[in-house]
Amino acid sequence: MKKFNRAFTILVFIFLYIPMIVLLVASFNSGNDVAVFKGFTFDQYKELFRDDDLLSLLGNSLIISVLASLIATILGTMAALGIHKMKGKLRSAVMTVTNIPMTNPDIVTGVALALLFAFAGVALRIHSILGFWTLLIAHITFNLPYIILNVMPKLSQMDPDLTEAAMDLGCTPSQAFFKVVLHEIMPGIISGMLMAFTMSLDDFVISYFVTGSGFVTLPVEIYSYTKKPMQPKIYALFTLMFIAILIIMSVMNLLQARDKTKRQRSRLLGGRVK
Amino acid sequence: MKSKWLSGPYILWMALFTLIPLGVVFYYAFTDSVTGAFTLDNLANIGNYLPIFLRSIWLSIFATVICLLIAYPVAYYIAHCKPGTQRFLQMMVMLPMCMSFLLRTLAWVALLEDTGIINNLISAIGLEPLPLIRNNGAVILGMVYNYLPYMILPLYTVIMKIDPRLIEAAQDLGCNSRQVFSKVILPLSVPGIVSGITMVFVPAVSTFYISQKLGSPGTILIGDVIESQFKSAYNPNLGAAMSLVLMILIFVCVGIMNRFTNDEEESMVTL
Repeated sequence: MKKFNRAFTILVFIFLYIPMIVLLVASFNSGNDVAVFKGFTFDQYKELFRDDDLLSLLGNSLIISVLASLIATILGTMAALGIHKMKGKLRSAVMTVTNIPMTNPDIVTGVALALLFAFAGVALRIHSILGFWTLLIAHITFNLPYIILNVMPKLSQMDPDLTEAAMDLGCTPSQAFFKVVLHEIMPGIISGMLMAFTMSLDDFVISYFVTGSGFVTLPVEIYSYTKKPMQPKIYALFTLMFIAILIIMSVMNLLQARDKTKRQRSRLLGGRVK
Repeated sequence: MKSKWLSGPYILWMALFTLIPLGVVFYYAFTDSVTGAFTLDNLANIGNYLPIFLRSIWLSIFATVICLLIAYPVAYYIAHCKPGTQRFLQMMVMLPMCMSFLLRTLAWVALLEDTGIINNLISAIGLEPLPLIRNNGAVILGMVYNYLPYMILPLYTVIMKIDPRLIEAAQDLGCNSRQVFSKVILPLSVPGIVSGITMVFVPAVSTFYISQKLGSPGTILIGDVIESQFKSAYNPNLGAAMSLVLMILIFVCVGIMNRFTNDEEESMVTL
């Protein structure tokens, strides 16, 4: 059974990675057709770095995802601290609202925000409201739940006596927060932020509905490319992003591993069993 | 405790950009596109799209079941590896989730096309090319491929947490390995199964890109219709009515699914 599971798992991973391998290989293909490998070349990468339009779209995507994930991290961490203190009906009401963007299909979230912005555009008499700000608002909105759902478990794992211990040892409440609480929940904040960042960077559906012609992100542009003949330099961009995400995820992996060993060590030393 | 107020800005934000937009969807769904007067026509019109609704539901149920059947053994295998290997494999499952799903779907087009990679290979060994694309099967394949990681992760999370002592206890009490699975492991993985099903079914039933690229005009899904109401047919009121029905459908499904689990936060996917 174990052997079967192993072979099956390998097959599934092959299934998951084949399309990506196709794209990675296509980025070194000198021909235009993905299905026929004509010869090895770095030309697509040279083309990519000469294409200022494409690079500025990548820049747009990065600006939006960095800003959205940072703002969502600050708002979301504050929210998690607040929700952690809530009880009963209020808490479950807030958690229900938090789950709405998670449960709602992206298309409904996108459509709902697009209609809201159209409404606001009429009310505020702004002719073309869709653009940078609407995109940023939408991204912050769908990033927030990821931060909260990553930070909340860290807060409930935290020993509630820690803050008091810090204050007994002479910390002011704000020192106790910044030196103890923030430190304890940091792994949750970081993994939430990274998750939000990657979600933002790759989001197509919601962005597609809330963006105008003035400010376009990379996935939205890729979608419009796919209606025209595909440009192979996109594959080069895919390959570079693959490498970047691989690095981000490996860093996350290491952080997580370090967090686990630290937790185990502190459990051994302090006997905190939870 | 005044720290409760820290969540004030968040609650305001969610009210403005989650609750009010849903209200706006309601408003559009119940108003006429020209006069703005109250009407039920948009909702009544949805009846014409019933076959498309049913097809979306049926294809995504199929895809969800296949995902579950594929993901369970994989999640089980990962959960029984050494901790280091587990972390590595978990990362390998998450990596595709972070890569452009548009491009990965396009890669499938390149693989499945009539003159695509697979058919080139088939012709190379002297067989007839197969019709692999522009049918229901290709759409289901696209859904399974794109959403499989969302099934594997929650399953892995719950299977990993199962206390090995429970399995030993069941064995001591005379269960054979099949009974251990059906009486201990499977019931304990229900929260993961529920959240996996939700995480696959919801995006699958509302997709429009997969069906556009891998399907044909005969495999239009509800997402395609909603998209076209906003992007080409310009009837946002009908689009809003459809979004509303889709949303209610999904909340009902999720509500029913959550009946099977008691805890709200436990099976959530966190890194």
